[in-house]
Amino acid sequence: MPSFVIPDKCDGCKALDKTACQHICPNDLMVLDNDTMKAYNQDPQMCWECYSCVKICPTQAIEVRGYADFVPLGASVTALRSTEDIMWTVQFRDKNVKPKRFKFPIRRGVEEGKAQPFDHYPTGDEDLKSPTLMCEPDGLNTEIGPVTIDKVLTL
Amino acid sequence: MADFETVTVETDLLICGGGMAACGAAVEAAYWAKKHGLKVTVVDKAAMDRSGAVAMGLSAINQYVDLNSGDNTLKDYVDYVRNDLMGITREDLVVNIARHVDSTVHLFEKWGLPIWKDKEGKYVHEGRWQLMINGESYKVIVAEAAKNALAEADGEYFERIFITHPLMNGDKCVGAIGFSVRENKVYVFKAKATLVAMGGAVHVFKPRSTGEGFGRSWYPPFNSGASAFFTIYGGAEMTCQEVRFIPVRFKDAYGPVGAWFLLFKSIATNAQGENYMQTRRPELDNWEPYGKVKPVPANLRNYLMLLDVEEGKSPIFMQTADAIKAIADKAPDEKAAKKKLKELEAEAWEDFLDMTISQAILWAATNVEPEKRASEIMACDPYFIGSHSGASGAWVSGPEDVQTGDTKNEYFWGYPNMTTVTGMFAAGDASGASSHKFSSGSHTEGRIAAKAAVSFIVDNNAAPNVDQAQVDELTETILKPLETFEQHKGATTDPDINPNYIRPKQYMYRLQKIMDEYAGGVSSQFKTSDKLLEKGMELLAFLEEDADQQAAQNLHELMRCWENVHRTYQADAHVRSMLFREETRWPGYYFRSDKPKMDDDWLAFCNCKYDKDANEWTMSKKPVKYITV
Ligand SMILES: Cc1cc2nc3c(=O)[nH]c(=O)nc-3n(C[C@H](O)[C@H](O)[C@H](O)COP(=O)(O)OP(=O)(O)OC[C@H]3O[C@@H](n4cnc5c(N)ncnc54)[C@H](O)[C@@H]3O)c2cc1C
Ligand code: SF4
Ligand code: SF4
Repeated sequence: MPSFVIPDKCDGCKALDKTACQHICPNDLMVLDNDTMKAYNQDPQMCWECYSCVKICPTQAIEVRGYADFVPLGASVTALRSTEDIMWTVQFRDKNVKPKRFKFPIRRGVEEGKAQPFDHYPTGDEDLKSPTLMCEPDGLNTEIGPVTIDKVLTL
Repeated sequence: MADFETVTVETDLLICGGGMAACGAAVEAAYWAKKHGLKVTVVDKAAMDRSGAVAMGLSAINQYVDLNSGDNTLKDYVDYVRNDLMGITREDLVVNIARHVDSTVHLFEKWGLPIWKDKEGKYVHEGRWQLMINGESYKVIVAEAAKNALAEADGEYFERIFITHPLMNGDKCVGAIGFSVRENKVYVFKAKATLVAMGGAVHVFKPRSTGEGFGRSWYPPFNSGASAFFTIYGGAEMTCQEVRFIPVRFKDAYGPVGAWFLLFKSIATNAQGENYMQTRRPELDNWEPYGKVKPVPANLRNYLMLLDVEEGKSPIFMQTADAIKAIADKAPDEKAAKKKLKELEAEAWEDFLDMTISQAILWAATNVEPEKRASEIMACDPYFIGSHSGASGAWVSGPEDVQTGDTKNEYFWGYPNMTTVTGMFAAGDASGASSHKFSSGSHTEGRIAAKAAVSFIVDNNAAPNVDQAQVDELTETILKPLETFEQHKGATTDPDINPNYIRPKQYMYRLQKIMDEYAGGVSSQFKTSDKLLEKGMELLAFLEEDADQQAAQNLHELMRCWENVHRTYQADAHVRSMLFREETRWPGYYFRSDKPKMDDDWLAFCNCKYDKDANEWTMSKKPVKYITV
């Protein structure tokens, strides 16, 4: 099955107000078995291997095993996501290939939760019928672009 | 059957969906709603942080026009889009998105999205219109801004509510109805304006993998035609329903090829090492003028590749090793070459890890190191999306200020992005004939539509009149699959095999088999004909009747039943539109073997409209009028 849960690691998100994997799966696949208090993927055939559940699980209990109908066994891709970056480990089927490790940033300059939606640039007019969107026209320019746009263009 | 509670939510603007377009709409709507004392409500079937096509992240922003660099004009972008769609394009809509998209991208950066920059502080382009990003959290960041905007404007959002139908008052949209996939609750949203942004559709056609890998379609399995159904069922005129998008991607896991083609300048060849873009070049003469433009339209590139496949010249390979070698060879010395190689390797893997992790697993499982050997590519299966390189969606009004005397009466009716249904707006994958809007353009279009919707509400500020009888009737219809299961489950010993009903999975397989075999799916290499389409319609009619007999064991399955209904309407509109357009215009997307050539008479939009009371479709031909000439 594409995403799978390691029983020893899953604590059913007991300490949280919601089951993290169930909350996040875009296809509503992760469910908590109320008897065992362990989560599972209820329809692996509809899994996109998007890793949303993997990334959010507080105990790293979820991993992905490539689709059995076309992926040879033995490889793995694991993710460890923090608030600023994500670490990947790619393990090949051929164990002579050194596992590849990558670290990529996931945000820059804005703390998690703090994305301020408005007011980064002034909005040119208040007219609901004008083509000016919030933060335009100033927001159309960059600090270094040579052409300054001072109104929303037409062709 | 368990009792269901009905929850009624009254709002001014209802935004259906929580993806890129909906998040753009939420931010913009909140800004204007706050000034005008209006309420904005967002409703998503999943969790906004990871819902829709950008759930996994993306490695590039595919639409950035970069107007203030002076390198590009709006007309350049419009030319590119029109040619890629073989002339069938609403230029007014494309221009409207293109003139705003740069400001959206700049906001993304302010919200914390890491966009790659060079030493001078300029964005790193993947191609002319594409920017490279560290996009693992692209959707999380965009959703965060949307939620913060809603909070500032006293708006609200609901997650895990599956929208099934529009609520109508005559020919005006007055909200939407749906159900919670978590608790026994039906949700009735009453709204003065409704903005549809529930993505496109996959699994209408049979995917290539039918075992465990069924869900690994290029397009995410959770977008299942809700936008198309909502607009069709509400009676909105639809456009480009014959246009499907079939991307070419790394085979089986559908990993992205953009970075390889554009950034690393790789080529693809057949098994004999021939570059089909060169050997098949004469074929492009048959598709002039579009065959002669650069870049060659995506569907024609597909077509040239498929011609090789049909002649047995596969596998088709992306020559990754050659491309990497060519870049490394340009380094001044061995040390620099090594460094460059390491950089390229990380970039290549990040491209997959940011947006198609399965492809990284597949490469690792087949011991592919891209700098050492080539990898197979293949055309995926057909998808329905108004964004990316698709075009299917609702027919919406353009903005007034870009129209010419000639286009205004065809393309403008009051509010940008309003469908032909009063009070119903559409954006992103939900709106048609404005291709190549991608993640950034969809967000932008959501913003445009939201401002227009707020303006509509201010002009028409009357409480929505929702007829209770309609709500009661729809509630019963929506919950019927649960009822059907309860009522008949005891009739056999196996819940899957029961003459009284059909389970949602089998229903979906049936739809996919019809579409695959009659409407030009993978197994016929995307070929169909008038006779095949007519036969397909006959079988679809039976399926539509049987939709009423779907059975659901729980709320999750109830969602699957309704996804199927949504897909079926998309399928129906598609088949009818392919039959209506008597030519072949996008040979790499579908080929009508009885009309194998492009025909100037069909340089027109094929629109369609559904009347739910009469259960009748009307097809119409609408003129293509350019504003650039
Ligand atoms: C694999 C892939 C790769 C891509 N790569 C790139 C790229 O590199 N760069 C780029 O710029 N663009 C890329 N795109 C395009 C981009 O992702 C889309 O253009 C964009 O997401 C479209 O926005 P949308 O809001 O219309 O749909 P989505 O973002 O898909 O959002 C749809 C929303 O509707 C919700 N929904 C669906 N059904 C219902 C229902 N019944 N009730 C309630 N809510 C519902 C979903 O949960 C989701 O929130 C890619 C797309 C795909 C599929
Ligand atoms: S998120 Fe992790 S710990 Fe929580 S229920 Fe899911 S698998 Fe278990
Ligand atoms: S990988 Fe994605 S689609 Fe699959 S179960 Fe996890 S969250 Fe859901």
